[in-house]
Amino acid sequence: MATYKAPLRDMRFVLYELHDGAALSSLPGLEDMTPELFDPVLEEAAKVCEEVLFPLNRSGDEEGCQFENGVVRTPKGFIEAYKTFREGGWTSITADPAYGGQGIPNIVNVLITEMICSANLSFGLYPGLTQGACKALVAHGSDELKERYMPKLVEGTWSGTMCLTEPHCGTDLGLCRTKAVPNDDGTYRLSGTKIFISAGEHDLTENIIHFVLARLPDAPPGIKGISLFLVPKFLPNADGTPGKRNGVSCGAIEHKMGIKASATCVLNFDEATAWLVGSPHKGMRSMFTMMNEERLAVGLQGLGLAEVSYQGAVAYARERLQGRSLSGAKYPDKPADPIIVHPDVRRMLLSMRAAAEGCRALGAWVGQAVDIAAHTDDPKAKQEAEDFVALMTPIVKALFTDYGFETANHGVQVMGGHGYIREHGMEQYVRDARIAQVYEGTNGVQALDLVGRKLGAHMGRNLRSFFHPVAEFIQSRSDNPALSRYVDPLTKAFVRLQQATGQIAKVGLKRPEEAGAAATEYLRLFGLVALAYQWARMAEVSLKKLEEKTGEDDFYRAKLATGAFFMDRVLPQTGALFSSIMAGGSTMIEFPEAAF
Amino acid sequence: MKVLVAVKRVVDYNVKVRVKADGSGVETTNVKFSMNPFDEIAVEEAVRLKEAGKAQEIVVVSIGPAQAQETLRAALAMGADRAILIQTDEAVEPLAVAKLIAAIAKREEIGLAILGKQAIDDDSNQTGQMLAALLGWPQGTFASKLALEEGRAVVTREIDGGLETVSLALPAVVTTDLRLNTPRYASLPNIMKAKKKPLETTFAVDLDVDIAPRLVTLKVEEPPKRKAGVKVADAATLVDKLKNEAKVI
Ligand SMILES: Cc1cc2nc3c(=O)[nH]c(=O)nc-3n(C[C@H](O)[C@H](O)[C@H](O)COP(=O)(O)OP(=O)(O)OC[C@H]3O[C@@H](n4cnc5c(N)ncnc54)[C@H](O)[C@@H]3O)c2cc1C
Repeated sequence: MATYKAPLRDMRFVLYELHDGAALSSLPGLEDMTPELFDPVLEEAAKVCEEVLFPLNRSGDEEGCQFENGVVRTPKGFIEAYKTFREGGWTSITADPAYGGQGIPNIVNVLITEMICSANLSFGLYPGLTQGACKALVAHGSDELKERYMPKLVEGTWSGTMCLTEPHCGTDLGLCRTKAVPNDDGTYRLSGTKIFISAGEHDLTENIIHFVLARLPDAPPGIKGISLFLVPKFLPNADGTPGKRNGVSCGAIEHKMGIKASATCVLNFDEATAWLVGSPHKGMRSMFTMMNEERLAVGLQGLGLAEVSYQGAVAYARERLQGRSLSGAKYPDKPADPIIVHPDVRRMLLSMRAAAEGCRALGAWVGQAVDIAAHTDDPKAKQEAEDFVALMTPIVKALFTDYGFETANHGVQVMGGHGYIREHGMEQYVRDARIAQVYEGTNGVQALDLVGRKLGAHMGRNLRSFFHPVAEFIQSRSDNPALSRYVDPLTKAFVRLQQATGQIAKVGLKRPEEAGAAATEYLRLFGLVALAYQWARMAEVSLKKLEEKTGEDDFYRAKLATGAFFMDRVLPQTGALFSSIMAGGSTMIEFPEAAF
Repeated sequence: MKVLVAVKRVVDYNVKVRVKADGSGVETTNVKFSMNPFDEIAVEEAVRLKEAGKAQEIVVVSIGPAQAQETLRAALAMGADRAILIQTDEAVEPLAVAKLIAAIAKREEIGLAILGKQAIDDDSNQTGQMLAALLGWPQGTFASKLALEEGRAVVTREIDGGLETVSLALPAVVTTDLRLNTPRYASLPNIMKAKKKPLETTFAVDLDVDIAPRLVTLKVEEPPKRKAGVKVADAATLVDKLKNEAKVI
């Protein structure tokens, strides 16, 4: 039973009560960014998502994209919806006002992105990639490129892509073969084939700007020889209008498991005119600006699907009458009780809810750190915020998308056979959620990033940006009996995380494969502790609000109860993860290859 | 020409309203509020008139608590130029509202007042009519189409059994029906601009209007629960029941 209402109350809780979003306006450049602005922005975003994007979600899935003679048609209604979306200014939420953007803080954008992903993930990918492209262009592009492309990208009349993947080159971008040869006029001729390019071709914008990884003729081999190029589908005329067609064409679109309304394209570049973005051979650096942004956004895709799946499941569980409560009929006047009375159904619903609300809180925390890193004039605070974002990016990407899939799966299960039937819309969430675990770096690769790159970086400085606030929180709340129901389990799990971190640092130094073997479990362990910390903080806020008698007791009691469920029934998973990690990886590493 | 649009802050149409335990009214604490949907249509119509060059300025007016500023900001985000809040924490009745709006209409030398045909909270459907009477202006209620031409407003009205077209000399009062238009979504840049548009707060006393209620609410209660239906054996029984029990035929 697909249904979606943006969880605005919970979003305001996270934004103002948990993370003090009202304080953002004290940062330089964000003076106008106050709750009086955020509230109407969130409400309008909710309207557009509920009324414009959500109604096209299932029809877009049924119809999919059509490919004919190099042209891609998006499903019925997408062109009109994109127009509404673009005219509403939603393509330019966080972009720099200097290029016509709205300069809205990232923490608010995190909430809006969640709504878009809940309402229609496939649709969201078209404008979504443009946001990342803009970040890379602003950070590394020449002034000329910025002036020519940024206003159109921000306004959404042009869209962006990121072209990394090639048939033989996925995770290992060092294998990239696409090449770029300098022309006399400072441009380049770029040739090669890219596959799996989201929004590589479509009918929503008048031009498409590809950001492409390729090699220069003098490039050193491997990952150190990759450069980033900008390749427009139509070469812009001097007046900025799209002109001559460039040497890039769409060869096919993929038939795939989910996100069917998002065009996943094979792109053939044939001596396409290209411009270098950033320095030669430093393309990976430029691309990472884009990718980090995208990785956080992909995490939010998982959250968005978890939320919408939860809403559908709850609506169904209230109405579906099957069986009687084990403690005796709860609705004796009905032929059976609604399935929401059954503990096993409640287990699923609360797992879903705890995942969605926990990830929302955590995602907003990271979003806030992005804002601080971008705006603060205190170098220490900036450093800490950057460290924290670097540390949390792979966790948000992998944890949230794993939860997106697990939650969508619960959503089907709650609805029984009806969940498996297309008309009800719940199985689509499972299919759509699946890709988020794969693209933008598989979740396995996120775990390696965490263990291999983020933990050891700057002598563990990244790690401190999380460990210190958690340790400080635990210590300062140790004599608060009302909160111990939340702080005690957090403490226990945190100790496990510290020990596991020590273990990985120790054995990983000697045998990197050991760290690789533990990475996925370690990321989940880390993620659970981060969620537990958010839940303990949410519990603290809720207890305080109940004391203040704000009149919203139901809301805060439900928060406390969901937090208690998380502590009792989800967080203990850290025990099992800890055991797996401590057991070491020899069973995997030493298994004879021939025996597979 | 200046257009006045009246907007009311009401319990959002998605909220399932509940009667307060003491029967004094409906529960409004921690309930979502938004602009009365008919008023959104009124704002939209005014913005279209302005976009078509037929109106120069749009003044939105609301009578209500301080929070009604949010509703006014929403109207500003849709394209209204400035806002006036007549602030009161009392529940106001249609006559008081009409008097307050009339005072503003005179002060502002309004050429056209557009109101929702009714507010979805009390469903009175009186304010527009009273306003026209107080001002001595012609009225076109339940508008499903509005055209301005040479000092007149041509209004297509939704009436029982069809449509009626009336031509009104301006200044006039028009109240909106659902089919008049589909309100736009406020754009992000306009939401940001709305924060900076002028919003004046005033009070009934300043306008010399007595808003003391004329009516007393005795009790508010839920409508009776619908009883379960019955199955009848055949058509004859049905007809019999409709005639003798339900007394509808
Ligand atoms: C629908 C869709 C949309 C996409 N959109 C885009 C896009 O817009 N732009 C773009 O450039 N790409 C895009 N991709 C490509 C996507 O990012 C890649 O599929 C993904 O990065 C994985 O690469 P691969 O498929 O080649 O898998 P491989 O790299 O071959 O990986 C296969 C498996 O091996 C594991 N693995 C690989 N290397 C390692 C390692 N070093 N250590 C441990 N495990 C490893 C992986 O985790 C995975 O489980 C898209 C893909 C899909 C399906």
